[in-house]
Amino acid sequence: MPTFEAYEGQVPAWCPGCGNFQILSSLKQALVELDIEPWEVLLVSGIGQSGKLPHYMKCHTFNGLHGRTLPVATAAKLANDALHVIAVAGDGDCYGEGGNHFIHAIRRNPNVTLLVHDNQIYGLTKGQASPTSDQGTRSKVQPFGSLSEPMNPLALAISLDCSFVARGFAGDPRYLKELMKAAISHKGFALLDILQPCVTFNKVNTFKWYRDRVYKLEEGYDPSDRLKAFERALEWGERIPNGIFFKNNRKTLEELVPVIREKPLVRQKFSPEETKRELEKFY
Amino acid sequence: MDYTLRVGGEAGQGLQTIGGALAKVFSRNGFHVFTHQDYMSRIRGGHNFYQVRFSDRRVTASRDVLDILVALDLNTIETHRKSLGEEGIILYDSESIKKTFEEPEFIDVPFKKIALDVGKNRVMVNTVATGAVLGILGMGLEALEGILKTAFKKKGDEIIEKNIACARAGYDYALSSCPRCEAFRLEETGNRKLMLINGLQAIGLGALMSGCKYYSAYPMTPSTGIMNFLASKAGEHGIIVEQAEDEVAAINMAIGASFAGARAMTGTSGGGFALMVEGLSLAGMTETPIVIAEIQRPGPATGLPTRTEQADLLFVLYAGHGEFPRVIFDPGTPKQAFHLTNKAFELAEKYQVPIFIQSDQYLGDSQWTFEGFDPGRLIYNDYRLREADLEGSGEYKRHALSGTGVSLLAVPGEAGKHLVVTDSDEHDEKGHIIEDSETRIEMVRKRLLEKMPLIRKEMEAPYLYGDASPKIVLVGHGSTYGVIREVVDIFSKEQKISMLHFSEIYPLPESDRFDYLDLLENADLAICIENNASGQFAKLFRAETGFEFTHLITRYDGRPFTIESLKEDLHAYI
Ligand SMILES: Cc1ncc(C[n+]2csc(CCOP(=O)(O)OP(=O)(O)O)c2C)c(N)n1
Ligand code: SF4
Repeated sequence: MPTFEAYEGQVPAWCPGCGNFQILSSLKQALVELDIEPWEVLLVSGIGQSGKLPHYMKCHTFNGLHGRTLPVATAAKLANDALHVIAVAGDGDCYGEGGNHFIHAIRRNPNVTLLVHDNQIYGLTKGQASPTSDQGTRSKVQPFGSLSEPMNPLALAISLDCSFVARGFAGDPRYLKELMKAAISHKGFALLDILQPCVTFNKVNTFKWYRDRVYKLEEGYDPSDRLKAFERALEWGERIPNGIFFKNNRKTLEELVPVIREKPLVRQKFSPEETKRELEKFY
Repeated sequence: MDYTLRVGGEAGQGLQTIGGALAKVFSRNGFHVFTHQDYMSRIRGGHNFYQVRFSDRRVTASRDVLDILVALDLNTIETHRKSLGEEGIILYDSESIKKTFEEPEFIDVPFKKIALDVGKNRVMVNTVATGAVLGILGMGLEALEGILKTAFKKKGDEIIEKNIACARAGYDYALSSCPRCEAFRLEETGNRKLMLINGLQAIGLGALMSGCKYYSAYPMTPSTGIMNFLASKAGEHGIIVEQAEDEVAAINMAIGASFAGARAMTGTSGGGFALMVEGLSLAGMTETPIVIAEIQRPGPATGLPTRTEQADLLFVLYAGHGEFPRVIFDPGTPKQAFHLTNKAFELAEKYQVPIFIQSDQYLGDSQWTFEGFDPGRLIYNDYRLREADLEGSGEYKRHALSGTGVSLLAVPGEAGKHLVVTDSDEHDEKGHIIEDSETRIEMVRKRLLEKMPLIRKEMEAPYLYGDASPKIVLVGHGSTYGVIREVVDIFSKEQKISMLHFSEIYPLPESDRFDYLDLLENADLAICIENNASGQFAKLFRAETGFEFTHLITRYDGRPFTIESLKEDLHAYI
């Protein structure tokens, strides 16, 4: 049984009061409660404030490039599907720079958990608009306000029949932890978009702003109904639902790759002898 | 004997089927074969050809002068007639192309009529044509029958029988209606079969036999053949071949799989590699072993998608921001491609660096014959550490300063409770982000400055062919090997001439085992021959050694050098 302390890493370099702290502690707690040991977890992250999270924990870590989290995570999972692979990304990281990978990871459906720290702003580069920023968001780069419509990651994921689609809020770490546990336990690609206040650069979407709006999907909500899920995913503004919007039982990528049905790729011994017969085929 | 046969026609007419089958028939009969393909970037129509040179002695390049032209359309006759040698013949079907030629070099074989009469199916035209070529040569049909049996195994006995009957009908027709063909009759060379393989298959085979377990790529001509090859072996040999959404994903996937413990490779051509550059740098920083096949075609941008060039050398050499070690191999033959791919995996794992197999469409699509590849020469060392390897050792640090330039590489999840941590940011020994200058200096020293000299010692000396103390040295790298070698044979009757061929081009090998600089300095003429406009290898060579070539021969029309074209270029100097 792992302890919370076993997951303790370096001292975070985030701004005091940042929503990332609750995401970090919820994740550690979720892993402890799921009885997963640090050496059974691979955290893959990109660049941004979220990208640093693995350093503030203890587990296998690949902190790669901005936006490229999902290709690395997908391939690592294929290479060793005995690992719990968790991808951590920011909204800019995952929906901006990595937008194409996001779409295709959903299509492939590896058994990977994706946690998106969605603060509707670029934090690490000091406050530019992100793909989820509200239209009109002003910054040094957007003097006339952001001109684009914000993207709706949940609706997009549901439209692509993503295996698991949920939203949590950093200001409710207990519920967030439960959502993380569900996402990690889900078999298939799981998106958990996490509302994360950036106390330094996002002066609109504050803890209070979210608290006034966030509510949980009602009991009895049926996450297998895709059309309903889509409808609820469009809800944004005065009321913002949290919870598991959508779930399905699609086969995972690992289940579909015949080569790893018996055992993980990394446990398959390579025998040079066995490949020699290939030479004969060229005569 | 030394024959050149060209099959020309539109894309989709089955040139590859005919050319490929003939190449195989010749190699199975013990003849040396060299094929090359010239095709347009379209699936149907246009004009393509498949050239097969075959001989009873070793052949390593294409000639321009044709002995046999198989014309599947009129355009082929109009385009290639002037390349026909004095004794040459043109096989065609007057009914199909709606034109008859009376000149003695033309042999009219009713390909279509025979296919319909004997095979009851138009698609057998290709089999008739293949049989007709063998009739002209007076070679047996045995090898072709074997090939047809394998090719149509899934379609059943009836189809096999009909194809064999078509081949025989084409054979008999050509044999009996071509008195001029007497001159072409071949003596069989015995029962010795030769191995026939192209450059891309050789790279794929090298990867397979080196334990490559993960290959991700986004399709791009001319590199796709490697992915096709490995995908065809995936089930049997337990390889995951992933078609990525783009090249950015392809290289990041290869890195992810390698980090997780599987030998991984990616492949592309110049434009795709442009997208991979960011990932290359990531492999450099995280010290993740990967092999990258960069199969060149002419650029810039989309360039000439199906043609050949050697113009990405400096791009690959300098690609990636920051400073990190890399290795570039540029094989000259499929056999070298096979062994260098193996060496690429060995060195990538040993030194935890990205390694390139750079080649081009010309070598990639050309088939060569060999006595065989020696699997005994393959190297396979597993450098990855697992639980048992780490037993009793202290805390595992992925980027430990070991003093040897290389940190131990553990497999996450398979190394007991040891954690494997790495980062694209500068990091400490444990793999965690740092910003202090002391750690930065130590990491750069380990990653780059300590590693590179060790890697350099692994590079093999260039290959010297011809005179041991030459007056004229023809220097080439990569796919120009074969043509330079044959040209040296031609000139060596009158000159003290030799070829110096580099296939391990970065870092350049040390000169302690073979002082190639001394050889070059003592020659009167040192000519660098390259399939690009600016002489990129000559530039690299000068930057690394200070040696300046006296002359440069370049070709940049998207086509490979042929024996005749290179000979002519050389006449300006010799
Ligand atoms: C290829 C590349 N482009 C740009 C950057 C600079 N950059 C670093 S973080 C970042 C934005 C991060 O935004 P987000 O993902 O929303 O994360 P946050 O910092 O807000 O948590 C950018 C643009 C980079 N590191 N790499
Ligand atoms: S800039 Fe924003 S997101 Fe980044 S650490 Fe500070 S508060 Fe958090």
